Amino acid sequence: MNFTQYLLIIVSGIFVNNFVLSQFLGICPFLGVSRKTDTAVGMGLAVIFVMGVASLFTFIVQKYVLVPLHIEYLQTIAFILVIAAFVQIVEMVLKKFSPGLYGALGVYLPLITTNCAVLGVAIVNAGQPSYTVLAAFINGVFSGVGFMLAIVLLAGVRERLESADVPKAFKGFPITLAAASIISMAFVAFAGMV
Amino acid sequence: MKGNFSEKLDTLTNGVVKSNPVFRLVLGTCPTLALTTGAMNGIYMGLSTMFCLILSNVIISALRKVIPAKVRIPCYIVIIATLVTLMQMIIARFLPDINEILGLYLPLIVVNCIILGRAEAFASSNTPVNSALDAVGMGVGFTLSLTLMGMVREFIGAGALFGVELGNMPDGALTVFILPAGGFLVYGLMMAAFNAIYARYESRKSARNTSPSSRNPIEKVDLAGGNADSAGCHSL
Repeated sequence: MNFTQYLLIIVSGIFVNNFVLSQFLGICPFLGVSRKTDTAVGMGLAVIFVMGVASLFTFIVQKYVLVPLHIEYLQTIAFILVIAAFVQIVEMVLKKFSPGLYGALGVYLPLITTNCAVLGVAIVNAGQPSYTVLAAFINGVFSGVGFMLAIVLLAGVRERLESADVPKAFKGFPITLAAASIISMAFVAFAGMV
Repeated sequence: MKGNFSEKLDTLTNGVVKSNPVFRLVLGTCPTLALTTGAMNGIYMGLSTMFCLILSNVIISALRKVIPAKVRIPCYIVIIATLVTLMQMIIARFLPDINEILGLYLPLIVVNCIILGRAEAFASSNTPVNSALDAVGMGVGFTLSLTLMGMVREFIGAGALFGVELGNMPDGALTVFILPAGGFLVYGLMMAAFNAIYARYESRKSARNTSPSSRNPIEKVDLAGGNADSAGCHSL
């Protein structure tokens, strides 16, 4: 793979095939942890980190364990175990060596195991025959950047909505979904670029 | 005996309206948005999820005294992942068309918050029979919601219903409704409608019989503030 192809993966991950706004992956944290901009940034950073490293690990497992042994059907179980174990280890390491960072990211880490964007990117990577380990890693990191962009944008809108007079039935999730819809419309402009 | 029966009925119907996973608990949002471009897709996704949900609830409930509390989440995930893999194989073998439609979202049922959420909130502390009833109710609620949303989006966005083109539709259907943006919008509007209707129904019911019945021990959904704001995935 050459530089242009890596660049395409990056642009595609952030804008064109944005995980949240055009592929509907990772909607739960997108709606649940987007009330304040600073928590959204924290969640975004944690997701970038976990998606990047999980892509690396799961791709290595797929390429050097599952495929040579012809047990591709165990993909889902193997990937979710790798992700859950990795998240658990990161949590323990952070708790021991970097309490500050643990305090900042700690609450989000366990939630990331059930974030479908992480398992999603692992399965997408495994389905790309032309991908190298580096390409899988880059795809993971920049899909995470796309997630962060979406969640920070939504958090900005929601902070404004706090002071808006919203009809009672629309309070909470419904108005947030309407806001997400408008953000998503803006991202339609990127469709077909890559 | 009669009280027992109505309790069971409550458990069964709880997931259809009162704790509807899509519109009240806001669980499983990813497949809800991604696979409601058509009514049939909604039905396929709903039924696949329901299959896994019933089996996982029963198995987890049966094993609830064996699984140590500290490692319960990894145990649940392994059980759910095994069931999903099993189902993936069955669907790939016998229903290849549906496998094609559901695609990536079929393995992603593993991380569907409804399944892990019900395992944690219900199956881990209830008998297998009740857990099965809860799973059926939740599954039906999920399937119905997805189908309804699929019908709305398919009708407005593509001028069709259940894959059948409707005649006499004006040209230039609002394609945006089958795009992601329309998914978010329809979901938001339907949730608001659901909240409004439910709030009215509740206030009428409480006006009719003033004595509050303390029969249903299942879940307290905050009615005043719309949806429970802690989306299911985050309570884990």
